[in-house]
Amino acid sequence: MAQSNKIEINQTMMKKLLIFSVVMFVFGYAMVPFYEKFCEVAGINNLLQPDKLAKTMEVDTNRWVTVEFDANTRGLPWDFKPLQRSIKFHPGEPVEVMYEITNHSDREITGQAIPSYSPRFLDKHLRKFECFCFTRQVLKPKETRVMPVQFVIEQSLPEHLHTLTISYTFFELPVGSKAVSEK
Amino acid sequence: MAAVHGDVHGHDDHHPSGIMRWVMTTNHKDIGSMYLWFSLTMFFTGGFLALGIRAELFQPGIQILEPELFNSFTTLHGLIMVFGAIMPAFVGFANWQVPMMIGAPDMAFARMNNWSFWLLPVAASLLVSSFFVPGGAAAGGWTFYPPLSTQGGLGVDMMIFAVHILGASSIMGAINIITTILNMRAPGMKLMDMPLFVWTWLITAYLLVLVMPVLAGTVTMLLTDRHFGTSFFNAAGGGDPVLFQHIFWFFGHPEVYIMILPAFGIVSEIIPTFSRKPLFGYSSMVYATASIAILSCVVWAHHMFTAGMPTVGQLFFMYATMLIAVPTGVKVFNWTATMWQGSMTFETPMLFAIGFIFLFVIGGFSGVICAIVPIDIQVQDTYYVIAHFHYVLVSGALFALFAGAYYWLPKWTGHMYDETLGKWHFWLSMIFFNVTFFVQHFLGLAGMPRRIPDYALQFADFNMISSIGAFGFGTSQLLFVYIVIKCIRSKEAAPEKPWDGATTLEWTHLPTPAPYHSFEKPPVFKPVSH
Repeated sequence: MAQSNKIEINQTMMKKLLIFSVVMFVFGYAMVPFYEKFCEVAGINNLLQPDKLAKTMEVDTNRWVTVEFDANTRGLPWDFKPLQRSIKFHPGEPVEVMYEITNHSDREITGQAIPSYSPRFLDKHLRKFECFCFTRQVLKPKETRVMPVQFVIEQSLPEHLHTLTISYTFFELPVGSKAVSEK
Repeated sequence: MAAVHGDVHGHDDHHPSGIMRWVMTTNHKDIGSMYLWFSLTMFFTGGFLALGIRAELFQPGIQILEPELFNSFTTLHGLIMVFGAIMPAFVGFANWQVPMMIGAPDMAFARMNNWSFWLLPVAASLLVSSFFVPGGAAAGGWTFYPPLSTQGGLGVDMMIFAVHILGASSIMGAINIITTILNMRAPGMKLMDMPLFVWTWLITAYLLVLVMPVLAGTVTMLLTDRHFGTSFFNAAGGGDPVLFQHIFWFFGHPEVYIMILPAFGIVSEIIPTFSRKPLFGYSSMVYATASIAILSCVVWAHHMFTAGMPTVGQLFFMYATMLIAVPTGVKVFNWTATMWQGSMTFETPMLFAIGFIFLFVIGGFSGVICAIVPIDIQVQDTYYVIAHFHYVLVSGALFALFAGAYYWLPKWTGHMYDETLGKWHFWLSMIFFNVTFFVQHFLGLAGMPRRIPDYALQFADFNMISSIGAFGFGTSQLLFVYIVIKCIRSKEAAPEKPWDGATTLEWTHLPTPAPYHSFEKPPVFKPVSH
């Protein structure tokens, strides 16, 4: 009697601990949306949301910055290039540049552009209002598309920086997967 | 097979003989022995890889290992030592000692215990054989960060599968240990009467069920990223490789305490025995262990200071990490206070325990140094970090394992080990360990990165010293195997109670050697006042 009672107590405990393990397994997965939400709220890694335009953006006419544009594709048959190599303007001045993509293949392809900046911390001083990288791009066979990027370099940019680089790389999105921006 | 027939007749002292005894055993002592032999084998496998690494680094230039194979060596050395040598060794100690120390006849789930063990050789053979598949073994470091781990070949899949199996084994082992400790103590033994080794294992087992499933989740995500088109860590598909580091280290930091808390437990048994005094500050030891376990869950991002993090995050993780030094300091002071004015003797277990305290404190201090963000940014991924974690894992966890092995060998085998050889083993290990790893602090501070097969010429001298030490250390460990085998084969019976300061149940209530079935009737337990 006491013996079987003991086995029962042990098995109840095993069940509880097994359930706890499963909960922790799920917790590992729960960290994914939590991480994304956390970064969004904290404004970390904010590559894919448009920035808000400040009401009064003062233009610093005393200095010039040159922004160079770079475009790459990784593993998809697209031609991707900026329509202007570089642009020179004042910090605080909103600018628009155009990029062109062409799908050379005979199939419909979905791509997502991921930005990267030089210097690395440029994102602290860069405000983007419009970008083709905010959504995924679906290109029909042989289709060509011209797309804008609108941004401003804030006055907070350190004085010693004169030349900056904004680069985009297009990656192919596997069929059925969601773009970052749609999550 | 006669062995199988023998088992049909029911539950008595007949157990299958030969190999089937070991395959089918549900006896905690048999399983404990198998865990210990397995981890010793893995220790030498991982050690072989370490010596390969040190041989390549003996001189600048590429002599023995091509860079890709070198990377596989560092990766598998880490994985095998962590998951194959240190962790199973502590589970082996738990299997042998926990039931005997709390007066239980066996583990709570004897059949599951057998399963937990037999998963290990499967995982180990997956890891070792991955060297021989096309593309070679995983080479992205034992932390298998993406994108390297989402790119590698079949070897990476085998590693992922091995980690799954090892995780399942650890979780089952932990469930078993928790249930045994909570439900099967001798009548009258309250939680606060338990020996400290049992306490540390109880807390460790809770950490295991807390974080091993998270590791299982991480490697599952890695697997689906590799083969099923998900993009958890793939930037191109909208994932984030830094996310992997967060989830991995959420497991990984408690993991380092999983490897050290039972070591604290072993040392807390040995120091009082050889000081012939009760442990100083028993309850503060228990609370310190629990605080370390809780704090270990909120410090993970100190492994990622250079991955990009807001300053506020860096400060939080820095202070939280440094806070761990407080309960750890409590432990060190308690051990020292236990020795204070004790009538101490210095047999091999005590030597290893004191060596543990001495060197673990060095490793602990370099840990506090690494916790400081500006310094960490400097020493991140250098040999300074290598030196730090080998001081806590080799002279910490491993020395405690040796101490425990010498301490309990007479109880397990019924024979005394060779004290002179044991002392030789200690001093050789102590000297060669420091020759190997102390100089790595200097290498790291001078800027030598880890995980490289070749290095700049200014690092040549220290690397040569370190390699000489490593070969000395590796060779000294063969002495341990010789001592253990000599002890098992010895004809001389050990004294009933070779350590006169020992107070735990296995020494006071059981004959030496411990019988195959012990405490079938629970012992009468009289609490000692702490």
